[in-house]
Amino acid sequence: MHRVSPRALWYWAVKAAVLWIVLLVPQAIWWVADGDGTRLPHVIVGVAWLVLAAVHLVVMPQWRYRVHRWEATDTAVYTQTGWLSQERRIAPISRVQTVDSERGPIEQLFKLANVTVTTASAAGPIKIDGLAAQDADQLVADLTVRVGHTTGDAT
Amino acid sequence: MTTAVDPTEQAVADVDDGWRRLSPRMLAVHPVMELRRLIFPLVAVAIGLRNGTDSDGGWWALGIGGIGITLGFLRYFTTSYRITATHVQVRRGLFRRRTLTVPRDRIRTVDVTSNVLHRIFGLARVTVGTGQTDKRNDGVKLDGLSAGHAENLHRELLHRPTAEALPDVDPGVRSPHAEASSETVLAALHPAWVRYGPFTLSGLIAIGVLLGIGSRLVNESHVDLTKIRVVHDSIEYLRGSPLPVAILLVAAAVVVFTVIASTIGYVLTFWNFRLSRHSSGTLHVRRGLLTTRNTTIEERRLRGVELSEPLLLRAVRGARVLAIATGLRVGRGADRGGSVLLPPAPRAVAVDVAGTVIGDADPLTAALIRHGPRASVRRFTRAVTLSVIVILIVLAFVLLAGAPWWAFWTALVLPPLGALLAVDRAASLGHVLTDGWLVTRHGSLVRRRYVLRTDAVIGWNMTTSLFQRRVGLTTLVATTAGGQQHYAVPDVPDAEGIRVARAAVPGLLEQFLAD
Repeated sequence: MHRVSPRALWYWAVKAAVLWIVLLVPQAIWWVADGDGTRLPHVIVGVAWLVLAAVHLVVMPQWRYRVHRWEATDTAVYTQTGWLSQERRIAPISRVQTVDSERGPIEQLFKLANVTVTTASAAGPIKIDGLAAQDADQLVADLTVRVGHTTGDAT
Repeated sequence: MTTAVDPTEQAVADVDDGWRRLSPRMLAVHPVMELRRLIFPLVAVAIGLRNGTDSDGGWWALGIGGIGITLGFLRYFTTSYRITATHVQVRRGLFRRRTLTVPRDRIRTVDVTSNVLHRIFGLARVTVGTGQTDKRNDGVKLDGLSAGHAENLHRELLHRPTAEALPDVDPGVRSPHAEASSETVLAALHPAWVRYGPFTLSGLIAIGVLLGIGSRLVNESHVDLTKIRVVHDSIEYLRGSPLPVAILLVAAAVVVFTVIASTIGYVLTFWNFRLSRHSSGTLHVRRGLLTTRNTTIEERRLRGVELSEPLLLRAVRGARVLAIATGLRVGRGADRGGSVLLPPAPRAVAVDVAGTVIGDADPLTAALIRHGPRASVRRFTRAVTLSVIVILIVLAFVLLAGAPWWAFWTALVLPPLGALLAVDRAASLGHVLTDGWLVTRHGSLVRRRYVLRTDAVIGWNMTTSLFQRRVGLTTLVATTAGGQQHYAVPDVPDAEGIRVARAAVPGLLEQFLAD
């Protein structure tokens, strides 16, 4: 059972930070623009937000890193993901339809990539997040060979 | 005008130039169908003229509608189709010519529908289902073939003769070998089943639609509703009577209307219903009073069945049966009806038909394994939490926004109702693995028993929330290529979930999970 790359810790944190900034910027503008009267409510809400964001940014990546696992054998692909809510997904290689690798801007920053394996079911895609780029390439190559050996239309 | 030809089309082109057109009679039908869309503006303009008010919106809509009618005419000249030994192709479009090519071995269902207009002109619409997960492209639709052609196409596509596919086809068109296939009728509508109609609540939707139409008409024609005698009088009468009486009167009116509309809906949709099995390996569903619909499902695409019992229907011991098959999408607009194997009917009949369809009665009658007290407790926790939240919100409105107190008192009935629901939800919960079938049942407002072939399971998802982990429960989800794509066994104890997943698909989970 493999763990994901330790760099994924930073990747998850930065991704979450981007989200928090998107949420916080309009609020900050509102706090500045809303000049009249007391500032106390704004300060309280702002501090609450910041504490929440800080806890999330520290706890979530650690927790995820402990949970996330993946494994690809000759016959099946397995992942374990999540933190508060966790999910394990298994798909047999014989039912795999596409293998897909992707590198977003933040992932490129940390030399990471993700691999998505889809089956004929709309509910079944298996996504392995936070792989080191060369591991992802290797995995895609391996899976492509294994999937090529199976027959049938995989439904 | 250029023709967009994709590479796959090149490969199959020039086998023969068998491009065919829709029936010319469609020229009469398309404009009338467009006219139907114009009904609101037409009525609005008429009312507007009579009242002496000017309604610009109506005239605009008429102009746009005129263009629509012209396009309807053009559709006949721009649509053509052909069937080669390996592919079905449809060409359409005026400015953007598109050629849609579907390999014949990917065809999973063929659906022949004729509405009243179609039937007057002896036409039909053929929809070819390929079961792609690509949601945007809706496959091949040919609107306006002559009924005879549609039947031939139907047979041609599935390589199979279908006797009496369309009852009102001119006998001359019917091909001679139609009689050759043997057909077993599995179920046919019994007139007494119409009594289940009122319990389907489809009439509530009718009320919604009528309200929508009414408000649109009122808007476009600028009529003051309160000046109409009947409306005025009834509003005055309701105002004059005490509040509880008024509420009762309105509720009674809604109930009566729902019952009537649901019954009419049942008759319109399911009249002449017949489910039959052909020796060539297809299931055939025929139904409809005004709009007739013929659906053919290849049995090798069938992955299981669903026995669905909405609360009211369950109260009168009724149930419906739906097919789980690849190529039949569930719950999407007009396609939704495609998977019906039995309309609301007595439960015993439904169980019997479902068992016959899958060729094994056991999965439908087998006793279910319960999920235990911890799963039941979660049902109650959810019901209570939800009702408390709603009550608090209502209370906040009463205290802060000055909503009346009776709203709060009304909200207090939620916890007992929620508890009743929780009891029923806990009672519904269960699963079992019989010989080659995964059976799971859940739900209260609509209780569904899913029966899925274990070899149709193409993966497992096991989700656990923080709360589920604390009590050792997992939601086991079987993913599949048919129907809803995923079927859940909610809140099953961890060990039991893994046991089921391992037993259903041997050799898969063992590599990753110990007991």
